[in-house]
Amino acid sequence: MAAISIRKLFKRYGHGAKAVQVIHGVDAEVHDGEFVVIVGPSGCGKSTLLRMVAGLEEVSEGEIAIGARVVNDVEPADRDIAMVFQNYALYPHMSVAENMAYGLKLRKMPKAEIDERVQRAARILELGHLLARKPRELSGGQRQRVAMGRAIVRDPQVFLFDEPLSNLDAKLRVQTRLEIQKLHRELGVTSLFVTHDQVEAMTLAQRIIVMNGGRIEQIGTPEAVYGQPASTFVASFIGSPAMNLLPGRQQGGQFHIDGAALDVPPGVEGDLTLGLRPEHAQLADRGWPMRVEMLEMLGAERLVYGKLGNATPFTLRLDATLPAPQPGEQLHLAFRPEHLHRFDAKTGQRL
Amino acid sequence: MAQEKRVVFRSRWLPWLLLAPQAAVIGVFFFWPAAQALLQSFQQQDAFGLSTEWVGLANFEALWADASYLDSFKTTALFSLLVAGLGLSISLLLAVMANRVLRGAGIYKTLLIWPYAVAPAIAGVLWLFMFAPSIGIVAYGLRALGLDWNHLLDADHAMTLIVLAAVWKQISYNFLFFLAGLQSIPRSLIEAAAIDGASPWRRFWDVTFPLLSPTSFFLLVINIVYAFFDTFGIVDAATQGGPGKETAILVYKVYHDGFKSLDLGGSAAQSVVLMAIVITLTVLQFRFVEKKVNY
Amino acid sequence: MVERKPWLDWLAHAILLLGVAVVAFPLYVTFVAATQTAEAIVHAPMPLLPGGHLLDNMATALGGGAGAGSGAPVARMMWVSLVTAMVIAVGKIAISLLSAFAIVYFRFPLRQFFFWAIFVTLMLPVEVRIGPTYQVVADLHMLNSFAGLTVPLIASATATFLFRQFFLTVPDELVEASRIDGASPLRFFKDVLLPLSRTSIAALFVIQFIYGWNQYLWPLLVTTDESMYPVVIGIKRMISGGEAANDWNIVMATALLAMLPPALVVILMQRWFVKGLVDTEK
Repeated sequence: MAAISIRKLFKRYGHGAKAVQVIHGVDAEVHDGEFVVIVGPSGCGKSTLLRMVAGLEEVSEGEIAIGARVVNDVEPADRDIAMVFQNYALYPHMSVAENMAYGLKLRKMPKAEIDERVQRAARILELGHLLARKPRELSGGQRQRVAMGRAIVRDPQVFLFDEPLSNLDAKLRVQTRLEIQKLHRELGVTSLFVTHDQVEAMTLAQRIIVMNGGRIEQIGTPEAVYGQPASTFVASFIGSPAMNLLPGRQQGGQFHIDGAALDVPPGVEGDLTLGLRPEHAQLADRGWPMRVEMLEMLGAERLVYGKLGNATPFTLRLDATLPAPQPGEQLHLAFRPEHLHRFDAKTGQRL
Repeated sequence: MAQEKRVVFRSRWLPWLLLAPQAAVIGVFFFWPAAQALLQSFQQQDAFGLSTEWVGLANFEALWADASYLDSFKTTALFSLLVAGLGLSISLLLAVMANRVLRGAGIYKTLLIWPYAVAPAIAGVLWLFMFAPSIGIVAYGLRALGLDWNHLLDADHAMTLIVLAAVWKQISYNFLFFLAGLQSIPRSLIEAAAIDGASPWRRFWDVTFPLLSPTSFFLLVINIVYAFFDTFGIVDAATQGGPGKETAILVYKVYHDGFKSLDLGGSAAQSVVLMAIVITLTVLQFRFVEKKVNY
Repeated sequence: MVERKPWLDWLAHAILLLGVAVVAFPLYVTFVAATQTAEAIVHAPMPLLPGGHLLDNMATALGGGAGAGSGAPVARMMWVSLVTAMVIAVGKIAISLLSAFAIVYFRFPLRQFFFWAIFVTLMLPVEVRIGPTYQVVADLHMLNSFAGLTVPLIASATATFLFRQFFLTVPDELVEASRIDGASPLRFFKDVLLPLSRTSIAALFVIQFIYGWNQYLWPLLVTTDESMYPVVIGIKRMISGGEAANDWNIVMATALLAMLPPALVVILMQRWFVKGLVDTEK
């Protein structure tokens, strides 16, 4: 069990003038026993970051430490880590038991102890009846559990997960998510989990690292990232449907957008972007005027798409028990002041 | 991949027309001669070619009793094992190295595959030239090292010569297939093994080599078939089956007995035996490939 | 790969360079020999650096006059080889495309029988049936002719099998779309299937051209007339004079000439060739 320290990390491909930098100075800490999720869109560098922690990619500049030890020059085999891959990476020619035992066999562990560890992991993951099978005889969910079993038996200091749920179908994903949570509660191993799915991030993480374009946008608990997003990127990436972002100008007590002046609580003046989540706007007699254009019925709730003013799109989430608004109808929206977010118009940073 | 097409065209006469050219060629030049070979193997012609008589299995019995035929069998077996063994090991080594380097992989590939274009007969001539006892450059070098090279007199030297020529030619083919096989192993498997703690040596034997086994088996069969048949040119160019009959592999003997000694019945019987060997090898290979696991 | 051990990379390069050197050595020797005079070669050891007689030797070879063995002009033999290789390659591809198309895209009685018949030919190379095949060719008066050199070698079904495998991967939707568009089977073949098969055809062309150019045993049997020898046979005949009596410089110059066209085909079409070779067997 150990903490992970990432200090001023850079990653470049190529040399000299033609070098391409993909990670631009990243700092992060994963505390001992913590479950941290790195989330971001494709190409943001999250997998590269994870692979640098694993030792599968070289560090161009900066330091990675596991426990007290700086591991930049330490081989993956010696970092005392275990990794779960997106495509499971199970050895096809070995049985489930052999897959799990392989790493231990390499470390010349006595056979009795290997068996004991494999049995224990199989019990935790309910793989006992599959130990003699080959990976090709297993379903996707079972294969992923074997991959996790292989990680567990090693009893490492750190677990690394590289988008392990992406290859599973929707229902299996939910199931496996819960299993991973259960596993962490039981074993409490420091874990670093990479995904592009913000739902996985919100449900699994004790803390979330939001990445974009090789930089960290925000690190915080799910509540913090959801409730106080540090930038428009985080605000629109976390939460579904996405937060409404309204560009405009604050003057006096009003916020001017194209074709309307909205009443807002007093605050910083000038060009800025307002943010309000669809679930935080409520129907009222007076408030922001919204013209309804389209509706989507989801079952327990309704999504109402429309415009504020002339051209500013706005999405509203309504409980389905309320009567459905009609296209063309004019609604009035109210909200609690603490749910309104303000971002700098140019940088997107939180004000 | 579907073994059958779900959607087809409807036509009565068109498929027959399309098949006609190939059917005609293989009918006249394959099945008819193959049937003839089968027939002739049960017959014996007299010295003047005037009459043929049915002799049943006599030709086959004569073969098994013929010491020179059994020798040829042994020679061929030895030859193909050496060619396959050496050829596969060397190519595998080169493929593993080529898979590892990032820079220059393309150039190495081009430089290693061109021998595929060389005719076996020409390969035989080239190696003969290098090893010619009095003027060959390699023979000269060997003599300087104390080895008196003469493949015209020494059977082992002759065998070495044709093995070297055959392996040299086959390296490209094996190399290409091994490289393709290596590249089809998912990188994440190797990474998982590295994280599990395996050194490059262990990674190769525990993960790469087992996953390469379909390719290896396939190449083994191909190389054996190659050693049996495609090497005729090498043997004819380099040693003509000599010294004496020491390097007369089976296919060479068929040629020699059929066209030089004009023993049609015996030659036909030998052809039939060869056919049986090839068919067995091919069927074995197909069976194994069918059972090949889909990872 | 995964480790950061530079000495492993050095080792890999060293082994590869060694491999390339060993593979190239015979070619180098051939090249040097082709640039020397006959006396220089016969006087062992042969010099290891090129001389200046390359063009002379090649001219002699092409015009004929290689000394003790056969003196047939190499130019004629190169022509025979070229025609043979092209006819075999083109012929095989043409009839195989048609057969594969018939077998995959039509249902007709005896379809399975034809498929297995063609499949069987994969298993038996011509070397196994030389006696009777020779007899058939002789009976048809095809000895010493281009037809005799080429047609029997078109009989094996490697190309048909490859095309069949490829056709099976073409989506059904294309056939359905073309039927709705009103295309006849032959139009579909010409406008849709052929363009899609370009890579396979290119790869097969390389393989079959080399196969045809490098044929040895079969031409040995069916040609007795010097003017119908392919260059591969010609070379062998040149060295029948015994070691010192041959004009090795001419022989090696001929070898270079003989290796040139197939090597060019392989190197120029390398990408298709590699892809086709590996895909054929899957």
